Amino acid sequence: MIRPMMRAIPSRSPATEAMTSRLFTSALFAGLLAGLIAVLLQFFLMQSLVLEAEAYETGAKVHFAGGVAGHDHDAHDHDAAAAPDGGVEVEADGHAHSHAGADGGDTARLAKAFFAQIVIWVGYGLLMVAGFALAERFGHAITARTGLLWGIAGFVSFQLMPGLGLPPELPGVPAADLHARQIWWVGCALASVLAMVAFGYGRKPVFIALGVGLLIAPHLIGAPDLDGFYGMAPPGLAAEFVSRSLGVSMAAWAALGVLAGYFWHRQNAAPM
Amino acid sequence: MTTRTQTLSQAGAQSGILPIIGAAVLGAFLLYAAGFAEASVLHDTAHDARHSIAFPCH
Repeated sequence: MIRPMMRAIPSRSPATEAMTSRLFTSALFAGLLAGLIAVLLQFFLMQSLVLEAEAYETGAKVHFAGGVAGHDHDAHDHDAAAAPDGGVEVEADGHAHSHAGADGGDTARLAKAFFAQIVIWVGYGLLMVAGFALAERFGHAITARTGLLWGIAGFVSFQLMPGLGLPPELPGVPAADLHARQIWWVGCALASVLAMVAFGYGRKPVFIALGVGLLIAPHLIGAPDLDGFYGMAPPGLAAEFVSRSLGVSMAAWAALGVLAGYFWHRQNAAPM
Repeated sequence: MTTRTQTLSQAGAQSGILPIIGAAVLGAFLLYAAGFAEASVLHDTAHDARHSIAFPCH
């Protein structure tokens, strides 16, 4: 894994090799462990909510017995006993999903989620250690302790700030154009990262002002959205999903930061 | 030990920017593949993770 990477880089000085090895091993170890934490939390806290939402998406369950979310309170009948169409199951209380969290679906599906989470967190890990290396070039030491701050900053930049405009969504919730949302998400994350750098490493008050501006700007532009809410799943299910998504992300980001900082610092101090 | 630490530290500071760019580009590529790419095999594989981690999805 690492050898070919090093060969791909033209300059093969010992210093470059040491830096390359340090970058990739830190990111890999930290990313694997953070990904493992993320996927375990996803399995136990979130997968049952996803499956529940899919039951509403496919119509296997219906929360609003006929009609989209509107001001028609008659449509929101929790005691609806009569199925709107023959054979459709209406879940009366809209909140009967199991909190045991064990029904995560079939094995292949879990394996895919496992693979995807590992790739995502190794990816975030690589970005983070690239940032470590840049910070070090500017004379800022990185340890597990500063790594934790980086992890929290990563959570704010990649989950919290984009989530203000584009909340974590259950499957099956109609939303604005995907490309527009992706572009806004990336722009918001990048601006927020720059804001975190300004807050963390800026040395003059003007950097604080700049950081605040960068945090706010994407939200002044505004995330792409629809002119209403059209989700089929119960609001409680969506709310639970959002809070758990943020919690799971926070845990994984904190772990990623601490571990990446630890491995990064360790490889500087110890013989390799 | 101290000497070695300093040497490595200097080596790290003096080595080129290329490995750093390489790490960042690979990281961004992994995130693109897992979080954003629309190829259906990638989307289907990453679907649950994308929703859980709140990447914009369908």
